[in-house]
Amino acid sequence: MADRLTPEAAWEVVQLARHQDRPQTLDYIAAALPDFLPLSGDRLHGDDKAIVGGMATLGKYRVMLIGHQKGHSLKERQEHSFGMTRPEGYRKGMRLARLAEKFGLPVVTLVDTPGAYPGKDAEEGGQAGAIARSIETFATLDTATVTVVLGEGGSGGALALALADRVLMLENSIYSVISPEGCAALVWRDAAEGPRAAAALRVGARGLFDLGLVDEVIDEPEGGAQNDPQLAATRVMQAIEKALDDLVPLDPAERLRLRHEKYVMMGRYATAASR
Amino acid sequence: MAKYVTIQVARKEPPPEPPATGESCKNCKTPLQEGELERHLRVCPHCSFHYPMPSHERIALLADKGSVSFVGEDVRAVDPLEFFDLRAYPDRMAEAQRGTGLSEAFLAANCKISGKPAAIGVLDFKFLGGSMGSVVGERFYRLSRVALETKAPLIVVAGSGGARMQEGLFSLMQMAKTVVSVQALSKAGLPYITILTHPTTGGVFASFATVADVILAEPGAVMSFAGARIIEQTTREKLPPGFGSSESQLQHGQVDMVVDRRELKERLVRVLSFLTGGGTVG
Repeated sequence: MADRLTPEAAWEVVQLARHQDRPQTLDYIAAALPDFLPLSGDRLHGDDKAIVGGMATLGKYRVMLIGHQKGHSLKERQEHSFGMTRPEGYRKGMRLARLAEKFGLPVVTLVDTPGAYPGKDAEEGGQAGAIARSIETFATLDTATVTVVLGEGGSGGALALALADRVLMLENSIYSVISPEGCAALVWRDAAEGPRAAAALRVGARGLFDLGLVDEVIDEPEGGAQNDPQLAATRVMQAIEKALDDLVPLDPAERLRLRHEKYVMMGRYATAASR
Repeated sequence: MAKYVTIQVARKEPPPEPPATGESCKNCKTPLQEGELERHLRVCPHCSFHYPMPSHERIALLADKGSVSFVGEDVRAVDPLEFFDLRAYPDRMAEAQRGTGLSEAFLAANCKISGKPAAIGVLDFKFLGGSMGSVVGERFYRLSRVALETKAPLIVVAGSGGARMQEGLFSLMQMAKTVVSVQALSKAGLPYITILTHPTTGGVFASFATVADVILAEPGAVMSFAGARIIEQTTREKLPPGFGSSESQLQHGQVDMVVDRRELKERLVRVLSFLTGGGTVG
């Protein structure tokens, strides 16, 4: 088993993953996908600005890109709901994924969210069902799928966009079943115990890779992606293209079979035979 | 039988303990005779308040007598993160096993319903809040394979605080695993039905519970993804009484029907007969 980070080291990664200047989906698009063509709306209710989607040329591939957007300034963050997605956002994602499938485009998802939007309207509008259906959509999509966790992979709100043939994480990104603060509040009745919880949950990319939960870690520029967003974008796009090089040639049925096999193997447990 | 249930007790996790012998119903305060609640499927015969039903009783309620064999009982939890907490995860696990007599939070049964093969899974809230970790996911997966092999419908009764924190991202991945598991049934044309009980929340509500072909809910059960406390803290919204209740979910189009436990088996059989009989009668 991989060594656990100290609470201090784990917390440093959490801070980097949430850094205000850390590049986000729209920054990666601006830096590396000049022909990005945005698409809007879920055709049912609205257009959730916490999810950005559209088509772009990525290396030798035409892809559908779907990503969370948090925003940098307070004004931007309010506009994008801090990346907290509502049901219409997940439904927009599903719509774009199915559109990609229809026309044979690989789907790339970029994950960066503290979690799904926790509000009355979102709940009553079917937040849980939208997340579940989104997971199901990505489980059944017959084109190649690649996910990159850019910053924060917050629980179910992240997983809704993160079931893929390949799941990559940036070096200083995090991915967790519960926020460290939320875990700390439950266990120690004190959200200030976040660093201890971050270490216990092993939220960092390297630890999750060592546990076999993600497929690859993408190195960041020295000190974090915010120090050189252009270089970070180049590395992210190269990693996605390399993954697509492996995935696109596969027969769609075989690719789906491998995806299902990967996910039904997820988990650690003992059986009578193993004890 | 009362058609509408009036819930006086504010529904919060965890569900209320059923009244002890000699106590009154916690909802309507009517004195209960010894064994009265148990004889009525743990539904108060006076006000129809639904108390939690242990997983073994749930399977006895839905499955034909003598038809049950359990699936995946040997699948047991490990401590993949060596999670440190106020207490070690294995200790919490051992205590939950002693306290409930269950081996894990998910009880999976290969059985029959009205003489036809069926696969029934039940999450038991009493076992670590019905939380979903690797074992719940694996038993769910195995049960789905049993359904596929026996060409049987899969019926899952949910009641859960969400994903099991102590297994970290392994737990989150069980949301993906369970949703992937039911895809094979969908492809084979086998029904997948869920029954949502109090409470159904978090990662369970946002995964296998809500991708079913037909979703039933028990009266007065509360379902939410984020939880009332988080919603009020984050958005400062005041939540109305009955927020997230089965009746509210029905109104908002999130479940198909709210079914009294005393009518549950009959209703389930009716749903299954429509879905498995084909379009032509005869």
